[in-house]
Amino acid sequence: MSIYQLTVNKKKHRVDVDSDTPLLWVIRDVIGYTGTKFGCGMGFCGACTVLLNGSPIRSCSTPVSTLKPTDKITTIEGLSEKATHPVQEAWVEAQVPQCGYCQSGQILAASALLASNPNPSDEDIDTAMAGNICRCGTYTRMRQAIHSAAKKIQSTKKS
Amino acid sequence: MKTSTSRRDFLRISTTSAFVLALGFSSDSKGKLLKKVSTTGVQINPYININEAGKVTLFNPRPDMGQGTYQILPMLLAEELDIPLEQVEIQMTDGSDRFGSQLSGGSSSVRTRWIPLRTAGATVREMLVQAAANRWKISMNDCSTKDGFVINKLSQAKLSYGELVEEASHLPVPTKPKLKSFAEFTQLGKPSMRPDVPAKVDGTAIFGMDVQLPGMLYASIVHSPTIYGKVQSYDATKAMAVKGVRFVLKTERVFFHGPYSDSGGFDQKLRGKAEAIAVVSESYWSALKAKKLIQVSWNALGFGETATEQYFNQAKAAALHEGNEYKDAKVGDFAKALQLSDYKVQGTYQTPFMSHAPMEPCNATVFVQGDQVEVWAPIQGPDGLVNDLATYLGVKRENIKINVTFMGGAFGRKAVFDFVMQAANLSKQVNAPVKVIWTREDDIQQGPYRPGMISAMQGGLDKDGNVLAFEHRLNGASIMASIFKADMRNNPDPWAGEGINLEDSPYAFPARRNSFNWIDPQMPVLWWRSVYASTNVFAQESFMDELAAEVEKDPLDLRLHLLRDSPKFVAVLNKLAEISDYRAKRKQGVSIGIAIARSFASIVAHAIVVEKQKAGVKIKHVYSVIDCGFPLNPDNIKAQVESNIVYGLSAAVCNQITRTHGKTDQSNFHEYTVLRQGEIPASTIFVMPSQEEPGGVGEPGLPPIAPALCNAVFLATGKRVRTLPFDLSSI
Ligand code: FES
Ligand code: FES
Repeated sequence: MSIYQLTVNKKKHRVDVDSDTPLLWVIRDVIGYTGTKFGCGMGFCGACTVLLNGSPIRSCSTPVSTLKPTDKITTIEGLSEKATHPVQEAWVEAQVPQCGYCQSGQILAASALLASNPNPSDEDIDTAMAGNICRCGTYTRMRQAIHSAAKKIQSTKKS
Repeated sequence: MKTSTSRRDFLRISTTSAFVLALGFSSDSKGKLLKKVSTTGVQINPYININEAGKVTLFNPRPDMGQGTYQILPMLLAEELDIPLEQVEIQMTDGSDRFGSQLSGGSSSVRTRWIPLRTAGATVREMLVQAAANRWKISMNDCSTKDGFVINKLSQAKLSYGELVEEASHLPVPTKPKLKSFAEFTQLGKPSMRPDVPAKVDGTAIFGMDVQLPGMLYASIVHSPTIYGKVQSYDATKAMAVKGVRFVLKTERVFFHGPYSDSGGFDQKLRGKAEAIAVVSESYWSALKAKKLIQVSWNALGFGETATEQYFNQAKAAALHEGNEYKDAKVGDFAKALQLSDYKVQGTYQTPFMSHAPMEPCNATVFVQGDQVEVWAPIQGPDGLVNDLATYLGVKRENIKINVTFMGGAFGRKAVFDFVMQAANLSKQVNAPVKVIWTREDDIQQGPYRPGMISAMQGGLDKDGNVLAFEHRLNGASIMASIFKADMRNNPDPWAGEGINLEDSPYAFPARRNSFNWIDPQMPVLWWRSVYASTNVFAQESFMDELAAEVEKDPLDLRLHLLRDSPKFVAVLNKLAEISDYRAKRKQGVSIGIAIARSFASIVAHAIVVEKQKAGVKIKHVYSVIDCGFPLNPDNIKAQVESNIVYGLSAAVCNQITRTHGKTDQSNFHEYTVLRQGEIPASTIFVMPSQEEPGGVGEPGLPPIAPALCNAVFLATGKRVRTLPFDLSSI
């Protein structure tokens, strides 16, 4: 076991874990943010998606030893105060989640897409979201919600 | 509370009224339903708790796997109680008897609770009104209710439910509370926001996977690769050396309901349970790492050479002979009618074994302390789990407490509790709370699976293109035999005929015969979203188009003619034709295919437009019409149809479970592929208005999706798909 320093949701954490421990289990079982989910453990499903310096990564396949203390890790709990991120608001308006299990990962992936591409086309959405499986099949609503979040972001920028 | 009442009594009572049900379980023989559950609340009825500050807690007796019961069942109570759902707190029931059946399955939640829960709400409302009328010394008719208050219509004075509940609880229970008419509903019947959604966008919703207890240990399981099996020997030295690992020990996996003996019932030798090895550790990651270091030598108990290919060959051989006949589908003399037909058509269809693969793999946290048991788990039925655990652990039912969490999907998988029993077994052995987490590989490789089926179809037509005879031979595994060890060698599995019996499929064939040949799957099989309707309807609705093609009839016209005496089916088909512009002329290579089915008391029809590509076909659009009776939350009904389209298409064009040498060939989402963003066609969904009792919603959208697609593919390419899954890009 070794000590690692991590910055998760703007807070610094010192964790004592094996160097090969995936970030997923550190976030969930050591730090206690359980919004990040385990779905496949192999990088196939995206349920474990978190943001690393703003980009989506699969935390199940990211050993804790590969992270620097200055890396900014964002989980669903840290995406916004009180679920006020435009993507989260659009998700509620479109009533996207069904079981909800994949949704933390979906929302983080969508927020990263909009941060780098404020007006994504359908093809951009397909590419950016292809790594995130939803067994409940909420894909159509997610697409609508991403478009409406994009509009929201643009209109707040203008005003 | 009496707990001695047998389940059978209970079920009989509960079908008449939830209130009688509550009476039956009240300790007070005078029929007063008051039961103080805490110092802060009064429970007039098992499902409703009101405290003096006016806080209302409603109990939801059907676990939520994404289908929306968390909203809609409490709303049945809230509607009649006259309180907005936003003002109440929702709690899950814990499996105890007073809540009746608590299994989410068979799209039955609303159908079976529609009257009982509304009656419970209306009863409590009437008692609150009576209490207010007594205080004001006016007639109940001069009172109304709104938003958690009783209003004096004469003086406009108001009393909150909280102020009245104590008094109300001493009043006699009205025997015939008045239920609202559809027109009086203020919450049901319009699109509404689900109360669980906010917690599912900010990460605070608690799934089974998220349960954390002080002193909890994590367990990872090494299962028998052949599913059934016994441990011959194992070496745990390397695993025990992993930091954090506390125990490596033998555990087991019980299959379905007790008795959990090695030989449970007919021809199910050695299938009551399988042995397994568990790593119990301080962290899940160390448990996972250690799991890979364990060497186990297995006794496959004779299952080492089983294969799905062999199973399908057996089923195809069986299909050559008529099986045990279904009475609920029998019309006329099939053999004679076929003989008299001018044209005879045959087709054999194959549907694969399927894994449910819910997004959240099976997991459970259990703490066994002496004869007290507490469970936190994502499961479809806490009452069934109480029964199973009581038998398995030999403890009293009332000593078992179930905390139902949100489920990250289930689709039938979490209606059986093998993974919970594993956690119980381990907690008992190590004397600590234990959280068992199955890996995705466990999930996909261990089953239980939807049975793969062979449907052998035969039809006869006359010169004018009228269908004279129609036969469907089902050949395959019986879920009833798998779960309840029922003998299906000489009986048609009564569950397996769903979707194609006369009630579900009222095609006016002059002669019809459905029959069933049981084939031993040599693996555990289980309900999978829409169950046998998914396999049956694929064959039936594809074959309907084969008959239409044989006599060059339009597939829609053929169905409309055969369903002419079933106005609801006709209305759904006509609406589908309208929204899909079915009769429009489409350009070369673009075709529209349809299918219709009734399952779980609702009718769904899909039309799919496909376009032929240089290689394969592309799905352009899906049109759907659902008649599920009075639509309680039309937006959620649409969401469930969307969900069924995706789940059903994944099963049609992506995934399947195959097994060779006793082992499952697929292991994770790279081999058991599912549709992703970008592979989903656009859809248009219409919910039929209706004033009839609500039907099921979680499953009926699935059965007609694959045949609608394959019918469209046939019209576009001339190729008839009779085996699922198929490859869209190369057909
Ligand atoms: S759990 Fe990480 S990608 Fe599936
Ligand atoms: S909402 Fe259930 S898996 Fe996506």
